Amino acid sequence: MTNIVVLVKQVPDTYSERKLAAGDNTLDREAADAVLDEINERAIEEALVIKEANEGEVTVVCVGPDRANDAIRKALSMGADKAVHVSDEALHGADILQTSKVLAKAVGTVEGVDLIIAGNEASDGRGGAVPAVLAELLGLPQLTHARKVTVEGGTVKVERETADEGITHLEASLPALISVNEKINEPRYPSFKGIMAAKKKPVEKLTAADLGLDGEVGLANAASTVLESAPKPPREAGQRVDDEGDGGVKVAEYLASQKLI
Amino acid sequence: MAEVLVLVDQVDGEAKKSTFELLTAARRLGEPAAVVVGPAGTAAKLTETLGKYGATKVYAAESDDAANYLVTPKVDVLAALVGSAAPAAVLASSTAEGKEVTARLAARTNSGLLVDVVDLDAEGVGTHSIFGGAYTVKAKSANGTLIASIRPGSVDPEEAQGTPATEAVEVPAVDGAKAAKVTGREPIVGGDRPDLTEASVVVSGGRGVGSAESFDVVEKLADVLGAAVGASRAAVDSGYYPHQFQVGQTGKTVSPQLYIALGISGAIQHRAGMQTSKTIVAVNKDSEAPIFEIADFGVVGDLFKVAPQLTDEVTKRKG
Ligand SMILES: Cc1cc2nc3c(=O)[nH]c(=O)nc-3n(C[C@H](O)[C@H](O)[C@H](O)COP(=O)(O)OP(=O)(O)OC[C@H]3O[C@@H](n4cnc5c(N)ncnc54)[C@H](O)[C@@H]3O)c2cc1C
Ligand SMILES: Nc1ncnc2c1ncn2[C@@H]1O[C@H](COP(=O)(O)O)[C@@H](O)[C@H]1O
Repeated sequence: MTNIVVLVKQVPDTYSERKLAAGDNTLDREAADAVLDEINERAIEEALVIKEANEGEVTVVCVGPDRANDAIRKALSMGADKAVHVSDEALHGADILQTSKVLAKAVGTVEGVDLIIAGNEASDGRGGAVPAVLAELLGLPQLTHARKVTVEGGTVKVERETADEGITHLEASLPALISVNEKINEPRYPSFKGIMAAKKKPVEKLTAADLGLDGEVGLANAASTVLESAPKPPREAGQRVDDEGDGGVKVAEYLASQKLI
Repeated sequence: MAEVLVLVDQVDGEAKKSTFELLTAARRLGEPAAVVVGPAGTAAKLTETLGKYGATKVYAAESDDAANYLVTPKVDVLAALVGSAAPAAVLASSTAEGKEVTARLAARTNSGLLVDVVDLDAEGVGTHSIFGGAYTVKAKSANGTLIASIRPGSVDPEEAQGTPATEAVEVPAVDGAKAAKVTGREPIVGGDRPDLTEASVVVSGGRGVGSAESFDVVEKLADVLGAAVGASRAAVDSGYYPHQFQVGQTGKTVSPQLYIALGISGAIQHRAGMQTSKTIVAVNKDSEAPIFEIADFGVVGDLFKVAPQLTDEVTKRKG
């Protein structure tokens, strides 16, 4: 039996234009299409694979506005069993530390958790920090940036791969927290049956107050403050030539004219 | 003047360039004190170089545990120093590990956290470049000690003579139930090419390169230009080139003087990692490829014809 919690986040689709709100510099969630972050699909996939091998239950935990429900449904239609959704206006503008606090409390409502699986880095903020902070708050071993995970008995082994350090082999006893990188697996597509079944799966809705975090979270209580933000002017296309057998020479001439060679 | 703690980014007792960038940024805020966490003997190898970039003190936190557990020993050491030295700030590189260390430290010390800044001024205001450089955002810490991770390659390292005194500090005992044990390491063996985030020229190949063997065409051009080699995710996923060279949303962010994209369509997630490059050159046989929308100079053509010709031409011009 392995009881698994998967942390999923709804993010602006990286394929659409992403913006910050002009008023308070928070993420403009209305400006772009919202999707279940791709890395979280991989986190769910990994949870399902572990569940299929060891039995157990997969609970999805999400902190985000009401419409994050779509992301949760997708996770459930892939095969997760149930969900906890923390949605509260008061959380608007929460920073990494606050979001982690809320997640820690929300995970605490799930009983007998052996393993928490997150994505290594969300595609919106690119913080890559929530999993580490959550491990800190919950006092769990952190095995992050996994490209391979093995759960055997009470032990979890991970191959951590990062672009800076290469591969690090890690081991810890359960309960533990892991995060996965994009090399971990290829996520399954929800089947028609899965989509139908997801509609009946339980989603527990909670507020900050339900978690005892009233007045502790949100923009006004953030530990860091955004002072200003400005969009950069988009790049413009420069010259373009068709290769007529001298394309390489033309590039060299251009580079020389720019004093780049 | 208050100390500014700099977590030394090092491999086997050799400091990475990002450490010098951190020390340079630290000098704007106070007296840089380098913190070395590693196995016994690590700090001694580093002291002289750290001094060259203005470190006034080296805290040596050395033990077997420091190397044998992931992330937490560094957090433990820094948290103890935040308590004893009351620093103005704590800085680390914005690498996977640096982000994790600073985030946990901020949580533990109840401090404001700035992640992945590209600049930090004397008032502790950090500049972020987000959504692949589409927005610039300035932020500051509102609580406790300023804790920030700085993107490698974004600060120009400047030398400043310091003769640091070494002070040994204890690595708190690790609680095995709360930490992950490191059972093996396969570090990246740096080749002769410059590091992706440090290089002033990057030549990248995409799915259009077609195979691992043909990446040779990309490498040859990179070598005559003294460039680093990069790759798109499609090229990495197809096994043409190793993961650590991926540029983009989920890979590295690069901002070189010159970026050359060969057989890369220019998907928004790839652009997110390279569109702040000074000059962009693209070669693609599809005239509709989105990479041309941001290229300063584009060639519609076959990369296997254009790139080798460019390689020859650059070699000729170098004489
Ligand atoms: C959440 C998420 C994160 C992502 N992160 C990244 C990331 O970090 N980095 C990244 O790169 N992508 C990333 N992607 C993937 C991205 O969407 C694209 O799929 C990818 O960048 C495509 O790579 P490519 O341009 O090499 O391949 P393709 O899009 O297949 O383009 C290949 C190009 O090569 C050209 N070509 C073919 N043969 C030749 C030839 N002989 N000569 C010249 N041109 C030729 C073709 O015309 C084509 O334009 C991410 C996607 C998602 C959803
Ligand atoms: N609001 C959230 N709700 C649920 N999970 C989250 C949330 N924010 C971050 N996470 C998890 O933490 C991972 C890393 O996010 P980040 O640290 O923000 O880059 C994500 O892939 C999620 O698994």
